[in-house]
Parts: sequence; structure tokens; C-alpha cells
Amino acid sequence: MEELSPIKVFDAFLAQGRFMVQRARKSGAYVFYPRVAEPGTGDTDLEWVEASGRGTVYAVTTIRPRPPLVPYNVSLIDLVEGVRMMSRVEGVAAEAVRMGMAVEARIIEEEGRPLVIFQPVEVKP
Amino acid sequence: MTGTLRGKTAIIGASTYGIGEAPGYSAIELASKAAVMALKDAGLTPGDVDGLFVCLPQDFLSGLSLAEYLGIYPAISDNNRTGGSAFLTHVEMAALALEAGLCNVALIAYGSNQRSASGKLVGATTTSNDFETRYRPIVPASAYALAASRHMHEFGTTRRQLAEVAVAARQWAQLNPEAFMQGPLTIEECLDARLLSDPLSVRDCCLVTDGAGAIVMTRADRAKDGPKVPAYVLGTGQMTTHREISSMPDLTITGARESGKLAYAAAGLEPKDVDTVQLYDAFTINTILFLEDLGFCPKGEGGRFVENGGIAPGGHLAVNTNGGGLSCVHPGMYGIFTLVEATRQIRREAGERQLAKADVALCHGNGGSLSHQASVILGSAAVL
Repeated sequence: MEELSPIKVFDAFLAQGRFMVQRARKSGAYVFYPRVAEPGTGDTDLEWVEASGRGTVYAVTTIRPRPPLVPYNVSLIDLVEGVRMMSRVEGVAAEAVRMGMAVEARIIEEEGRPLVIFQPVEVKP
Repeated sequence: MTGTLRGKTAIIGASTYGIGEAPGYSAIELASKAAVMALKDAGLTPGDVDGLFVCLPQDFLSGLSLAEYLGIYPAISDNNRTGGSAFLTHVEMAALALEAGLCNVALIAYGSNQRSASGKLVGATTTSNDFETRYRPIVPASAYALAASRHMHEFGTTRRQLAEVAVAARQWAQLNPEAFMQGPLTIEECLDARLLSDPLSVRDCCLVTDGAGAIVMTRADRAKDGPKVPAYVLGTGQMTTHREISSMPDLTITGARESGKLAYAAAGLEPKDVDTVQLYDAFTINTILFLEDLGFCPKGEGGRFVENGGIAPGGHLAVNTNGGGLSCVHPGMYGIFTLVEATRQIRREAGERQLAKADVALCHGNGGSLSHQASVILGSAAVL
């Protein structure tokens, strides 16, 4: 079988340092998480395109494990492509992550695998 | 348009068992005990049952297991996986099956020994992808925390208002000898409690208990001849909006809006007709979301609705009169207990917490991470 699982394709791109999302050729709508068909239409004609990596924090929580583990952020990020994903905002204290904050994606390695996280967009002077 | 199933079936038996701690018992033993007690309550035995509806989270084929255990040979059975709302969908399926003549006596049962067995919430097992677990959320608390964060952001809901929900639940629990948590609880204690996943503290989270519940349903013509006052099924509705929280279309609007609309339409009733609401309060934000989505206040007003003891004993709406999942019982899937408590209120068997008027009870179940919503409206003979 030539075609790979969409999730495996996503992770393979990520391993190459590329954050890719699917787009349905017919409707133009973006699809995330990666699927074999567009939700609603069932259209299987999906192409992989580079994600802009730009987004906004939609919802936010600080996870507070018992010390010595340290608090960390979990957010839902709305990408400009119109899809939402769970991720983590880094580069600011977990408690300082705000809804509506403009963020941009970065790929890091965590526990031996690549992971998309976000950081606040630097305000340009 | 009023539904064709309105008042055609009724709950004629109801029981809980092993609420709180039931050390040594397995889940199926607890469920079977509750089932036998609910059948006895209805003047029946397992041999009378020909429709079986069950969900034991640890047993993928629990529909078969409970049939075997109790000596039931069901003509129809359902072992669905909508989460803690499963038992409310069972009421809908049982009502349809009874009315269609596929069965004559339906048993709906649940039991879990999660507290004694593991001390942890029995979560949903594996999911279909890991696009959330990669980020190490606390499952399921973080999903509800995210929803709470959004509600606060959009509507100004406060942690104090969330605390009102927990305190109201405790005050009802103090009127229910069966409730697991009876001690005093103040708003300040809730606000000072350890944060788990902001803005939710441990006091915003449901209990981890053992417990079982069961109900028995039959057609209305037969229900009249039973030993107990029937609680008639007036309307039902359900809606799935997602599985994981990142796929929820709007974190401040749940599928309860649709499930409630369907149930009200089937019952020919409106929120103002409801005497008591029994809803799945896995987290304090649930109560606020569901009261809004079920039409008891406008969207965004839920926080203010519960303020100043609004849903506590003596408040303007009697919510979770048993103490709910927050203070009475939460073995992992709370839905069945909404049905048992509503039945007890309609029968006027609720002791110290009995409401002066309890002719219409709205039961509401939640499954997954606000993912599946199911509503069931029950009523006394007075509203048929």
C-alpha cells in the first residue's frame, strides 16, 4: 500500500522540521488533525500544505502537578487557516499565557519525537 | 410538536447500591446488586427482564456479562459508549424498544468500584489519536478547565461562582444520608483549594467513589399496576459534538442546547415547567454550562444564576438534590444517578430533601469531554 496513514505523514513531515496541514482541494477548507477524508463532505482529495504557523490562543489552562514538577501551559490554538489544535505556549510563564494572544509555531523535540509548540509573536517596533 | 413517545413508558423501579465505598466488590457485583434491588422495587425479578441496557467501563462486553450474571436472556440489549451520559441514551432506546414491542421490561444498570480498586477516576480508555495527549493535559480535568477559561473570558464568570456550584451541591448532600461527602464546605475553602488545572481546583472536581445504580422501565399501561408511583418518560434528546476538547466547535456552547431542545419538544414543556434538574456535574463549570444550554438562563448568565445559593436548598432552582457528582457519588459514569434521584423526587421518597413540587424533572447526562449530551424529562401522572 503506497498511501500512508495521514497521522504518520504528518509526523514524518514534522521530523523533517515541517509543520504541514491538509487542505481539501475542492472546498479549500483546511483539515486538522490529519484525516483520510474531509469532515462533513467525506472528500478524500486532500493535499498537504505548509501551515503558516500563525495563530491565536483560544483557551488556556495551567497544569499544576505536585512539586517538584513544575506548572506548564496547555492551550487551544486557533490557526489562521481556521483549524484548532491543542498545544503549549512557551517563552512566557505558564500563568502569563492569555486568550487572544498572537502566537507562532515552533517545532521542538520532546521525549525523542518532534512536537509543535507555540510562542508569543514578538511585537515588531 | 409533542413527541409520540410522550408518557408511553415509565420508570417503575430504581435503586442505588454501594454509594461511597464498597471495598471488595467488583463492578459487576455492584451493578447486579443495584439491578436486583431496582427490580424488587418494581415487584419484578431478573427473569422478567427482556431488554438489557448496561455499561461497565472496564468490561467491553458488559452487556453480555450482566445478562449471564443475572440470568437474563434479553431480546434486545445495548452496551453503548457515549460516556457518563450512556444511561440517559438507554432511556431513549428503551422507550423506543418498549413502544415498538421489542421488549416488555427494560433494565438499565451500572456499577463501578473505581475508588476501592484504584482510587482514581476510571477514564475513557484509548482514544483514536494522540493529538492532545502529546501536550500532557490532565484527562479529563484539563478539557473542562479550558472550557471554564473560555467562559470566564467571554462572560466574566468567576472562580467564586464556580465555588457556588460546589457549595450548593454540598448543602444538598447534607440532606441526603446516602451522600458520600457530608462535611461543611465554604466558598472560601473552595477558593483556597489546590489548583489542579487552572481555573479548576480540586473542589471543582467530582468525587472518586464506588457505587451502582439501576432503573427498570416498562410501558405506561403496565406501569400503573406496579407497587410504586411511576415516573413517566415525557421526552428525550441527545447530541454528539466531538470527542476531544480541541474539536469542540465552541467551548461555551454544549450539545445540551440541542439535546434539551429535543427533549422539551417531545415533552411539550419549557424550562419554566421544570421543578428540578438533575445534571452531570463532573466539574463545577458543567452545571453553569448546562443550566444555560438547557434554557434556565441566557448564555453567559450561568455564573450569576448560581450566585447567592441560587441552586442550593431554598434557591430559585433545585439542582442535583442528591448532592450530585461533586458531593454524593461519582464512580466514573454519573448519568444513572440523575435518573434515580429524579425518580425518587417524583415519587416523593426523597426524605429531608424532598421538594414541595416535583412533578417534572429534567435529567441531563454528559459524556466524554463535554462531547455527548443526553437529556431525559420525567414526570408524575399529574403532568401526563
